[in-house]
Amino acid sequence: MSKAILIDTTRCVDCQRCVVACKLVNGLLKASPSDFLTTDALRPLTPDTDLAMDESGEEELSARALNVVQSHGSVYVRRFCMHCQDPTCVSVCPVGAFRKTSAGPVVYAEERCMGCRYCMMACPFGIPRYEWNKVWAPRVKKCNMCAPRQAKGLKPACTEVCPVQAGIFGERGDLLREAQNRLRQEPAKYFQHIYGEQEVGGTSVLYLSAVPFDALGLPTNLPHDALPSYTYRVLSEIPNLVTLGGALLGGIWWITKRREDVSNAEKEDGDHP
Amino acid sequence: MSFEKLPKFTFRRAVLLVILSAGFYSTLLRFTKGLGAATHLTDRFPWGLWIGFDVICGVGLAAGGFTLAAIVYVFNLRRFHPILRPSILTAFLGYALVAVALLFDLGKPYNIWHPLVMWNHHSVMFEVAWCVMLYLTVLALEFSPVVFERFRMERPLKLLKAITIPLVIVGVLLSTLHQSSLGSLFLIVPSKLHPYWYSPLLPVFFFISAVGVGIAMVIFESNLSARALGQEIEMPLLAALGKAMAVVLGVYGILRLQDLWGRGALAHLREPTTETLLFALEIVVGLLIPLFLLLLRQVRETREGLFAAAVLVITGFLLNRLNVSITGLEYSAHAHYFPKWTEVAVTLSMVGTGFLCFGLAARYLNVFEAD
Repeated sequence: MSKAILIDTTRCVDCQRCVVACKLVNGLLKASPSDFLTTDALRPLTPDTDLAMDESGEEELSARALNVVQSHGSVYVRRFCMHCQDPTCVSVCPVGAFRKTSAGPVVYAEERCMGCRYCMMACPFGIPRYEWNKVWAPRVKKCNMCAPRQAKGLKPACTEVCPVQAGIFGERGDLLREAQNRLRQEPAKYFQHIYGEQEVGGTSVLYLSAVPFDALGLPTNLPHDALPSYTYRVLSEIPNLVTLGGALLGGIWWITKRREDVSNAEKEDGDHP
Repeated sequence: MSFEKLPKFTFRRAVLLVILSAGFYSTLLRFTKGLGAATHLTDRFPWGLWIGFDVICGVGLAAGGFTLAAIVYVFNLRRFHPILRPSILTAFLGYALVAVALLFDLGKPYNIWHPLVMWNHHSVMFEVAWCVMLYLTVLALEFSPVVFERFRMERPLKLLKAITIPLVIVGVLLSTLHQSSLGSLFLIVPSKLHPYWYSPLLPVFFFISAVGVGIAMVIFESNLSARALGQEIEMPLLAALGKAMAVVLGVYGILRLQDLWGRGALAHLREPTTETLLFALEIVVGLLIPLFLLLLRQVRETREGLFAAAVLVITGFLLNRLNVSITGLEYSAHAHYFPKWTEVAVTLSMVGTGFLCFGLAARYLNVFEAD
C-alpha cells in the first residue's frame, strides 16, 4: 500500500499555511521562521521571499517554492509534485537519481544527479525546478511528500497544517474511495472526475474540483498509460536490433567480400588461362 | 612551409579569433556564475541551444562517418575510399565536441562519468550516453591509423587493420542505436511536443535523416576541403552520393507524409502559427527543393548544383532538430526561449574549434590519401 494526498479544491481558502509549512520543513524561508507563524503574517510573505511570479503575479513553483497555491478565478489550486505511480522522472533519469518509494513519495538523490535536466523536460506536469544560479552543485528541486517525516510516522507538513482539510493524507485506495463518495454525495458540487486516478497511469496526488480541470491549469491532454512505457517499448528492442543488425551487416560484408574474391580469381584465370 | 613566419592575419582567422574570444568569456561566465547567468534557460525551458544544437544537431551532422564507413567496408564499395578518412575525422571531431558541449550544459559536469556506474536501463539518455561514449572510442580507433602512419608505428597499424571490419560493424550498430535514440528522447513528451513533430516514429525519422545529412555533410566537406587545399574534387563519386541522398530523402519524405497524414497532423496547416511556418520551411527547404534538385541529372552532376542541394539538406536537418528539441515545445511550455549571446558564443566556438582542428589535421596528417 502506498500513501497519497487528496486535494479538494472546493475547500481551499488560500490561507497559504501549507505553503509556509512546506518552506519551513524544507529550509526555504529567508526570514526567521517565527515571523511566519501567525496567520496574519502569512499574506505579505510572498513578495518577501524572493519568489518567481507568473504572468498573473501569482507565485510559481521554483527552487525555493516546492508547493504553491494558485488562484484561478475564485478557485484555489495547490500545485506540487504529483508523485506518479509510474513516474516519468524515475524512468528518464540516466543515473537513477529518482526513485519511487514503496511508501508513495518520489524522492531525489542529489549525489547521483549530473544535472542533465531530462527530468524537467519529461515531467508531464512540469514540476521539477532547478537551482539555476548555483555554480558548483545545482540541484533539482521538487516536493518529496515529506518522505523523512513519513519515515518518522508523521504526515506531510502541508496536510498537517491545513485548517479546512482541503488536503488530506492517507492510503491511496482509501482516498480514492473518499473522493468517489464526495462525487456521489454532492454530484452538483463537483465536476465528475478524480484528477490523478488515471492520468499517466495514476498519481499519488488526487484532485477534486467544481470546474473542469483545464480551468485549473492542470494538463488535460495526458494519456492514461504511464509514459515510461512509451520509451521502454523502443529501448527493449535494442538487444534484438543489435543481434539482427550485427548478423545483417556481417552477412552483407561476407557476400560483398566473396563477390570481390570471386571476381579477382576470375580475372586471374583470364590472365593465365 | 616555413616555421619562422607567423601565420597570416586573414579575414577568416580574424572572425575565428573574435568567436573564440567571446567563447572564452562565456566559458568563464558559465563556470564562475552558473547556468543561470550564462544562459536564458528557465524552469519552463530547461533545454536550450547547447542541447538542441551542440548535442542533438552535432551528433547528426557527424553521421557521415558511420554512413561512409558502412559504404566502403560493409558494402565494399572501395571507390569511395578516398573520401573516407576526412569523413571519419569530421565524425570524430564532431563527437568530441559534443562531449565538450555536454560539459558546459550539465549542471554538475564533474559527474559526467556517473552513467558508467549508475545504471538505469529504462532511460533513453542512459543508452545515448553509453553509445556516444563507445562510438567516440570506435571513431578514435578508426582514425588512429592516420596518426600511427605519421609516426611510422607499424605494429599498432597492423593490429588495427586486422580488426577494421568488426570495428566498422560495431560503429554502424552503435550509430544506428544512438542516432535513433536521440529521437526516442522525445517519445516521452507526447503531451508537450507539437503534433507536427511528435510521432511514435521519431526514432525512425531521426535515423533516416541522420543518414541523409551524413551524406550531405560528406559532399559539403569534400567541397570545402577541395577548395581550401586546392585539390581536384571527386565529382563522379559525389554525384553517386547525391543519388543515394535522393533515395534517402524520398524514403524519409514518404514515411513522414504518411505519418503526418495518419495522425491527422496536417489539419494544423490551416492554423497560421509560428509552428506551421517552421514546419513548412523544414519540409520545403530541407526535403522538397533538394529532392527535386537531386532528381535532375544536370544539377546532380555539377559541383555547384550538388553543393547547393547538400547545403539545403543540412539546413532542413538543422531546422528539424531545433524544431523537435526547442521550438516545437514552446507552445506547451507557455514560454519563449531565445538563446543568450553567451550561449551562441559557446556554440559558435564549438563549430570554430571543429574547423580549426580539421584544418590542423589536414595540414599535419595524411587525411586525404588512401592507404
